[in-house]
Amino acid sequence: MEQLRSFFVTLTSSIRDLLPILLVVAFFQLVVIQQPFPDLARVLTGCLLVVFGLTFFIRGLDQGLFPIGESLAYAFARKGNLFWLLLFAFALGFATTIAEPALTAVAGEAARIAADGGHIADDDDARAGYALGLRITVALSVGVAILTGVYRIVRGWPIQYLIIAGYIGVVIMTVFAPSEIIGIAYDSGAVTTSTITVPLVTALGVGLAESIKGRNPMTDGFGLIAFASLTPMIFVMAYGMII
Amino acid sequence: MELARHLLSTGLSTISDVLPIAAIIFGFQLLVLRQQIPNLKSVLYGFVYVLVGLTLFLVGLEEALFPAGKLMAQQLTDPVFIRGTMHVIGETLHWYDYGWVYLFAAAIGFSTTIAEPALIAVAIKANQISAGAISVWGLRIAVAIGAAVGIALGTFRIVTGMPLHYFIIGGYIIVVIQTAFAPRMIIALAYDSGGVTTSTVTVPLVAALGLGLASTIPGRSALLDGFGLIAFACLFPIMSVIAYAQIGEWWTKRQRRKQREDDPDAGD
Repeated sequence: MEQLRSFFVTLTSSIRDLLPILLVVAFFQLVVIQQPFPDLARVLTGCLLVVFGLTFFIRGLDQGLFPIGESLAYAFARKGNLFWLLLFAFALGFATTIAEPALTAVAGEAARIAADGGHIADDDDARAGYALGLRITVALSVGVAILTGVYRIVRGWPIQYLIIAGYIGVVIMTVFAPSEIIGIAYDSGAVTTSTITVPLVTALGVGLAESIKGRNPMTDGFGLIAFASLTPMIFVMAYGMII
Repeated sequence: MELARHLLSTGLSTISDVLPIAAIIFGFQLLVLRQQIPNLKSVLYGFVYVLVGLTLFLVGLEEALFPAGKLMAQQLTDPVFIRGTMHVIGETLHWYDYGWVYLFAAAIGFSTTIAEPALIAVAIKANQISAGAISVWGLRIAVAIGAAVGIALGTFRIVTGMPLHYFIIGGYIIVVIQTAFAPRMIIALAYDSGGVTTSTVTVPLVAALGLGLASTIPGRSALLDGFGLIAFACLFPIMSVIAYAQIGEWWTKRQRRKQREDDPDAGD
């Protein structure tokens, strides 16, 4: 009974989360473009699925992703072996990124641009090779990012110096990178952080900051995602320069 | 029937997304940490909820919102539509003829960010850690405003054809200046909120908008100029979240001062 009630509470808040998109789409469709919805039944079914999906996701977040991220952080802190912790951080970053569908799509686009610009041969093999190379590059960069971010939490370094150093790196790379890669490089920073990775990595960072003496979960625990969306830009521009 | 097939294929691809993550977690758990996961059963159920939730969420978006949103992005950026609504003078379209496009960009940026599950997760965590000082909705709305401004400015850039990196580097300079004055506890969270705005819901719609714009404006290449909108959506929430914390700090200080003035005997 209690469970059912909390399910309905999450359900109503999911409806509230979705309401803005519905209003925007309805307003532009009916008022600006002045056309009725092509298939109202399908739209309504879809919305129902989205609301239930979000509700399940939020439940799973509290029950699965957050606890596992935290318990891993505590276990690593208790074990006190920095090497395994950093290896875990790198592996998590690499593995969650290499399979990311959004990244696969962007890498394919990037290969088309490179072929159009004459940087690589315009055939399927060359494009597939370029796209795969790009995906590995981005996955490596996210692995390095999570590793750096975790090391920062362990050492308690202030985040802003590292991030500003990253910004300077991006600016310097922008000067030297071929102009057609810049847009993709800037976008690739954002597509790496998926809906499953974010809660897990956040819980890991916060859990580490909580279990290491002298760290504040608020100032030290966050920031892993920030690294993961910054390093891909630098790595992808480097990839564009080398290939 | 078609829906069932869609559910099945999305479910399988979600599982294949989760598999490497699960393999690493359980691999390290068993081989390196060598200990039981507390509440294993409940955690596993949690993973199943996440899988089912994400699958339903994605299928629902693809059934209901993405077709309408993408079509809308195409129609709004169509020169014929812009001529019809904006009473264009002369032959060429100017940047100010794209009013509806900017409004749509801002509205879709705001509303998709509100629905972004990754942002909800980070907001819940930040709320727990800060003992309620950062409210879930406050953070989400701050991030959404940043994304809205960013995407609207990004469409403006595509329309005018200005170089992307000027905006991004300009944004970096503002972020660095803001960081110098920001309350310390918000900095890491603000940097994080840049990355979480753009995932499942935002990217497909915003990418469609960018590609639609870049392919209809003369002199723009869909491949070269269509990119970069996501980068805007990533950068501006950092500014808006720091601003949110600064306004919050200023507000509590003001309230406290007011309280002291109203009730001079009460100690702080």
